[in-house]
Amino acid sequence: MRQDKIIQWILMGVALTAIGALALIAIFIFKEGLPLIFRVGFSDFFLSSQWRPGQGQFGIFPMIVGSLVVTAGAMVIGLVFGLGCAIVLTEFAPRRLATFVKPAIELLAGIPSVVYGFMGVVILVPIIRQYLGGPGLSMLAASIILGIMVLPTVTSISVDALRAVPRSYREGAIALGATRWQTTRMVVLKAARSGLVTAFILGMGRAVGETMAVIMVAGNSLALPRSILDSVRTLTSNIALEMGYATGEHRQALFATGVTLFIIIMILNSIALTVSRQRAQKVPKV
Amino acid sequence: MALRMTQAPPAPQHKRPRPKVPVAAALTVVLVLLLVLGLIWGAGGFRKTRGKTVTLIGSTSVEPFAELLAENFDQGHSDISVEVQGGGSTAGIQALTSGLADIGMCSRSLSKEEQQTMTPIVIARDGLAVIVNESNPIDTLTEEQIRSLFAGDVTNWKQLGGSDSPVNLIMREEGSGTREAFMNLVMRGRETALRALVQESNGAVKELVRTDPAGVGYMSLGLVGTEVKAVKIKGVEATSENVRRGTYTLVRPFLFVVRRRVGEATSQGAAASTRANSPLAAAAGLTPQAKTLIEYVLSPPGQAVLESQGLVAAQ
Repeated sequence: MRQDKIIQWILMGVALTAIGALALIAIFIFKEGLPLIFRVGFSDFFLSSQWRPGQGQFGIFPMIVGSLVVTAGAMVIGLVFGLGCAIVLTEFAPRRLATFVKPAIELLAGIPSVVYGFMGVVILVPIIRQYLGGPGLSMLAASIILGIMVLPTVTSISVDALRAVPRSYREGAIALGATRWQTTRMVVLKAARSGLVTAFILGMGRAVGETMAVIMVAGNSLALPRSILDSVRTLTSNIALEMGYATGEHRQALFATGVTLFIIIMILNSIALTVSRQRAQKVPKV
Repeated sequence: MALRMTQAPPAPQHKRPRPKVPVAAALTVVLVLLLVLGLIWGAGGFRKTRGKTVTLIGSTSVEPFAELLAENFDQGHSDISVEVQGGGSTAGIQALTSGLADIGMCSRSLSKEEQQTMTPIVIARDGLAVIVNESNPIDTLTEEQIRSLFAGDVTNWKQLGGSDSPVNLIMREEGSGTREAFMNLVMRGRETALRALVQESNGAVKELVRTDPAGVGYMSLGLVGTEVKAVKIKGVEATSENVRRGTYTLVRPFLFVVRRRVGEATSQGAAASTRANSPLAAAAGLTPQAKTLIEYVLSPPGQAVLESQGLVAAQ
């Protein structure tokens, strides 16, 4: 029994380090970044399009827009292909195919992001420039690359969620005369909702936070984008591009960019969680 | 997993697996301790060998030349190893200040504040080339034209007599020495257009201009190569020959930056005179091997290496 206690304490300590790290990071970022936001003023920081650190102008509005649009684009691609793939693998494809395809998709997660970025620059960007116009380095390119990068996360968690739905649900639905697709759409997807939301959140987290590949394909310009073919700088790119040398106020402004990123991720996560909870509560009533 | 599975069947009693948990825990603790010890020991070892290392950090424009110099330097000095890292001119100066680097590489002039604590050593001069795609019909531009291009006044190549296509500007990131030099030499106080793309290295700018028919960027003349076209400035071709002659006007120094002895911060003139006598006279805390490296770089063989790469000697 004493041994159990000891192990418990050890594990508790290990578990707390993760939370402790999160707390430390949050405190540090906010401590460094918040003063600047207050000094510059909320509207001049969040709603201005002028980022000229040399002149004390720190408007990050275009970057907020950039981060949100690029992430949204990536999630559309990630959801359509990732969830689609997961549904095919669990509901329609022969089991043998699934045992081959799922690990193959998961392999995508092992590719370093620089490689994705490089592929983007060498292959995707010239194609966009040639056939769609613009400088090529664009929100579209970043969305597509990020969409591919979130595929393994979205697919493999979705597959696990769909597989966790008890067989009896499907049997019940089919016994009631539902087709395979009706069963999938009305029963399996609904039963697996919380798992699918997890897949979405984790995929989104990856998309919002990805830096290297985005720096390489998004172009990093500071102007407010007017179309999906325009170049854009995301919040993470801004930090990574300028952190190397920034000092004083500029450095604080980059931490403030981090604060913004932190808040955005919190908001996105809580929206996703609330949506899933609300829907989950509705299900029994229907 | 495999281990536990092979051990499990012979265990006859239920009590048996119990002691395993503490054993595993103890093993983990021991492993972690070993790891920590290893790290400490490894770090100690690293510090020991560091006595024979010279670390250069800074400008991505200087980096490839520094690497080449390091290779040539190695042949005569196998006991000293030279480590070269990029990151940008300002990052290099910060690394020098924090002690990470022995020598900072810088592709722009030092600011007044920086000169208080650091000494610049000019290792070579480099042209700043404005580059366009090979298919671009424009061959020559004036400085004003380049300025209005990057300020965003000119948005279509047609306005400069080129083909009818929008201009794609390509800048370097803040903190880049090449950007700094471009702002000083060409923009002269004017702001660049916000819509300009921002790339992190000479290589990235070049790759983009190489593939984009409407792109225009700027980079180190020594790194231009043959895949992109360096425009003539008022008809003067961008070559190291013209930089040496002084006819090509976009020229910036390549610097090795070292810490200055405290209290040596003096006026420009005095700094210049110490530099003329010996660039190393005012340097502080320079390791012997760093000094050897700098002496090699400034010596005729070192300068010859730089000249062979299209740079212009310091003198």
